[in-house]
Amino acid sequence: MSTEMKKVFSRPDSLKDVQTHFCPGCQHGTIHRLVAEAIDHFGIKDQTIGVASVGCSVFLYGYFDIDVIEAPHGRAPAVATGAKRVHPNRPVFTYQGDGDLAAIGTSEIIHTANRGELMTVIFVNNTTYGMTGGQMAPTTLPGQITSTTPYGRDVTKAGYPIKMAELLSGLDGVAYSVRVAVDTPKHVLQAGKAIRKAFETQLDGKGFAFVEVLSSCPTNWGMSPLAANERVGSEMIPYFPLGEYKDATGE
Amino acid sequence: MKQQLLTGNKAAAWGARLAAVDYIPAFPITPQTEIIETLSGWIEQQSMPGRMVIVDSEHSMLTAAGGAAATGVRVFSATSSQGLLYAMEMLYSVAGWRVPLVLVNVSRGLSAPITLEPDHNDILAARDSGFLQLHCASCQEVLDMVLIAYRLAEDHQIRLPVIVNLDGFYLSFTREPVTIPTAEMVEHFLPPFDPLSILFRADQPQSQAVAVLGGGLYSYFRYQAHLAAQAALPVYDQIATHFGELFGRHYPAVDCYRCDDAEWVLVMIGSFATKALGAVDRLREQGCAVGVVRPRVVRPFPAEALRRALRGKKGVAVIDQNLSPGQGGVLHSELLAALYNEPQRPAVVADFVGGLGGRDICDEEFFAMVSMLQDAVKRGETPAPRLMFTQHELDEVNRLHQLAQPAGGDNGH
Repeated sequence: MSTEMKKVFSRPDSLKDVQTHFCPGCQHGTIHRLVAEAIDHFGIKDQTIGVASVGCSVFLYGYFDIDVIEAPHGRAPAVATGAKRVHPNRPVFTYQGDGDLAAIGTSEIIHTANRGELMTVIFVNNTTYGMTGGQMAPTTLPGQITSTTPYGRDVTKAGYPIKMAELLSGLDGVAYSVRVAVDTPKHVLQAGKAIRKAFETQLDGKGFAFVEVLSSCPTNWGMSPLAANERVGSEMIPYFPLGEYKDATGE
Repeated sequence: MKQQLLTGNKAAAWGARLAAVDYIPAFPITPQTEIIETLSGWIEQQSMPGRMVIVDSEHSMLTAAGGAAATGVRVFSATSSQGLLYAMEMLYSVAGWRVPLVLVNVSRGLSAPITLEPDHNDILAARDSGFLQLHCASCQEVLDMVLIAYRLAEDHQIRLPVIVNLDGFYLSFTREPVTIPTAEMVEHFLPPFDPLSILFRADQPQSQAVAVLGGGLYSYFRYQAHLAAQAALPVYDQIATHFGELFGRHYPAVDCYRCDDAEWVLVMIGSFATKALGAVDRLREQGCAVGVVRPRVVRPFPAEALRRALRGKKGVAVIDQNLSPGQGGVLHSELLAALYNEPQRPAVVADFVGGLGGRDICDEEFFAMVSMLQDAVKRGETPAPRLMFTQHELDEVNRLHQLAQPAGGDNGH
């Protein structure tokens, strides 16, 4: 019997071997990994252009070993449009939070999706402005306590959480729109598959691909990492159901 | 009246609360967010009346602010940096609407590269919008300036929106003892808003912000804003005098420190000017006659007060916490324009760019600036705008270049 050890698990090539700034229990790390695995899977590390946004994802350029442009708040899809149109053969993705994509960047995401830009958008929804310190975001759940809604989000005054995956699925330019979570091993596997498919949709020239990833924010929710992870399943998924809202990739 | 330790942000929120504002549209951005968090807490607890809504962007925020103000109510909002620039289109529109709202801007350096710490390129980008500008150097001043700003904005001769500016971090997150006046005292100074003609009533239809075609009408309306902004200087003086009588705190349009017998003067805006005070005291101990001039009102530009303060001085160093690439500091240009027709203008008005992106300015740098100013006067030559930057900082940049492009690569300078 051979005593040779076999490596079964390693850091994706597309991720740098550095410490991140993310808080304990934050799921950006997992989502970064899934995106990096997809890039490795298709062997496109040397061609891919990432577009980072404003918020906790701002330091993406420090963690991915690829070309990255850091976009102003909400503008990542417009920056990505410019990059993709002049480099149509390079895979382009944006990585944005809900304070970015679903608030100040709503105009950009809707029109970029509607033009059917050949890009992949990773949208991390944690129902709050993370880096700014836990204010109400458009995705904040009804009744959720934040630093700007100390008695909970009152939908009669502040409106309702925006369901981006559903909203974008109504646009003809969108080829793939899906919502996933990373709160359980099963969900992580499904999320990894969805992110791969969203890159494949772009690489095959089939259209705009959107992956909404539900994520925890223990720091701003005022919860332990485990309790925050629980909340994704107990409160977020019932309001933001997982699933493919559009799949026009013809598979 | 009570005294509390307040951050600049909390002081701004207190200003809005005491001004009994009717409406606050808001959007979070560092380092301003504490202002809207504080106000939303008070409104939700019902310790403050008024309505508040968190909107999708600063552009929508200022648009909603202008829209509400155009119906004749008292409106407050706050932003910072990129947010102010994202709202820039509406700054011009709202000023053109001649609605007297107050906006607090917490200064922060502009992207790119992205940063969180303060300089004045954000607020100076709003220089030509028609918003008046009041710049603060202490937390007390922030609270007081919000109240003064409403009086100024709502004055019947003015009717222009006002920005109250404070520096991110240095004031926004620094606690200082702040005297909070009672609501009764404030109401004596700032009575409830009288909207005059700005009133939407069913029996008196009116239109706001209509289109004008042709440069004549357009010129007329833009120039009206200019005349109102000019009139704001004497009106500001009256309001500040009244404020001083009531509250015992005095806020002239231009603050002068140890200037009367000074030969050399440092000119700065914002809270970094307080750093210069200590340096000036130490220079004075060594017999060097230095003073500090801090314009508090920046729009309208208090040219006459500055001429008075700087007349007959040997040399002036403007310390610009902003940079207009290809020109130098903005305050320097404005000051030169104000001094050109002054027969006893200082021989040298030098420009130093410091404090960009929150970079500190230390005593030794103030000493060095005064010494360079003295040399320049001796040589009779005004030096080119100069960036405050140390060898240590350059070494750090070079170290980063090495990391980014190891030996052999072109390190770009």
